[in-house]
Amino acid sequence: MYIIIIGGGKVGYYLARALLDEGHEVLVVEKDPERNEFISGELGSVSLRGDGCEVATLTEVGTGRADMFIAVTGDDEDNLVACQVAKHKFNVPRTIARISNPKNEAIFKKLGIDVTISSTNIILEYIEQEVPTHPLTHLLDIRDKGLEIVEVKIPPKSTTVGKRVKELSLPPGSVLSLIIRKQQKPHVPTANTILQAEDQIIAVTSPESEEALRTTLRGS
Amino acid sequence: MKIVIMGCGRVGARLAGLLDIEGHSVNILDIDAYSFRRLPPDFGGTALVGNGTDEESLKKAGIEEADVFVALTQGDNRNVMAAQIAKHIFDVPKVVCRIYDPMRRELYNSLEIEAFSPTTIFAQMLKEKLEK
Repeated sequence: MYIIIIGGGKVGYYLARALLDEGHEVLVVEKDPERNEFISGELGSVSLRGDGCEVATLTEVGTGRADMFIAVTGDDEDNLVACQVAKHKFNVPRTIARISNPKNEAIFKKLGIDVTISSTNIILEYIEQEVPTHPLTHLLDIRDKGLEIVEVKIPPKSTTVGKRVKELSLPPGSVLSLIIRKQQKPHVPTANTILQAEDQIIAVTSPESEEALRTTLRGS
Repeated sequence: MKIVIMGCGRVGARLAGLLDIEGHSVNILDIDAYSFRRLPPDFGGTALVGNGTDEESLKKAGIEEADVFVALTQGDNRNVMAAQIAKHIFDVPKVVCRIYDPMRRELYNSLEIEAFSPTTIFAQMLKEKLEK
């Protein structure tokens, strides 16, 4: 695959290195001459000095034949414009933009960017997972379907302890998929499964039902 | 008309002053409060510190009721992003932005963003003056 990366900062550099290792054809477009020199020194002649939002630069690097276009500069607006130019002027099939402001995720989607990666959100999610008392953790988003996979831990003194799954009034569209217990194999809950304290429950839900699911499972 | 202007540079401040005199309700946004010194002393509109590519700042500036949005910061990409947010997220009826780079302007005109390139306009104007 031919992959163009806009931005030769830390993210751009390590991304280029990883993609080269996988055997792809990679080109990094970076404004700063020193970063260009550094990347060329480390990875060979895979970087070009230029503005990745400029049509002229993108013509020069053969964006028309790129399979993937990834914009990872530190500025959201630059990443947006670079991807839009690639998409609308050069018809690149897949454009990926890094975003710093998580609020921009929805905006970028609406403006036609295929994939957005919010480093802030990713870091936040990992931190959530590491905080044991966190009531509900996001594990994965299934964006096309508007679903998400979350983890909820049943607190020891919760009113749900000892209840059967069928006795819970789960919000519509929410499914309990897996129960993980200490010293037991993870198993798929049935209607008659009795919840225990410290159960880790993996569930599928929608962003709208998330709050209701959390309340139902954690009890009071 | 209710008008939101992003960027209080020379052009932004002047435009805000002109529209204010005409009796329009003008809100002008800039990330630097120091820029507001450029506004005319009798400016009757509102000057707000905020980033025009941020939805919250735009809401505070009254984008939801605005008839017109104008993006006039120094950054082409910032203008283009703000203009698209105004048009596609907030459905502002008239959105105009400045794009210095003529080729980028062309692209966004084709994406139905009304954009002006001072570069092209000024070069053309100079050429005509010189040839007279």
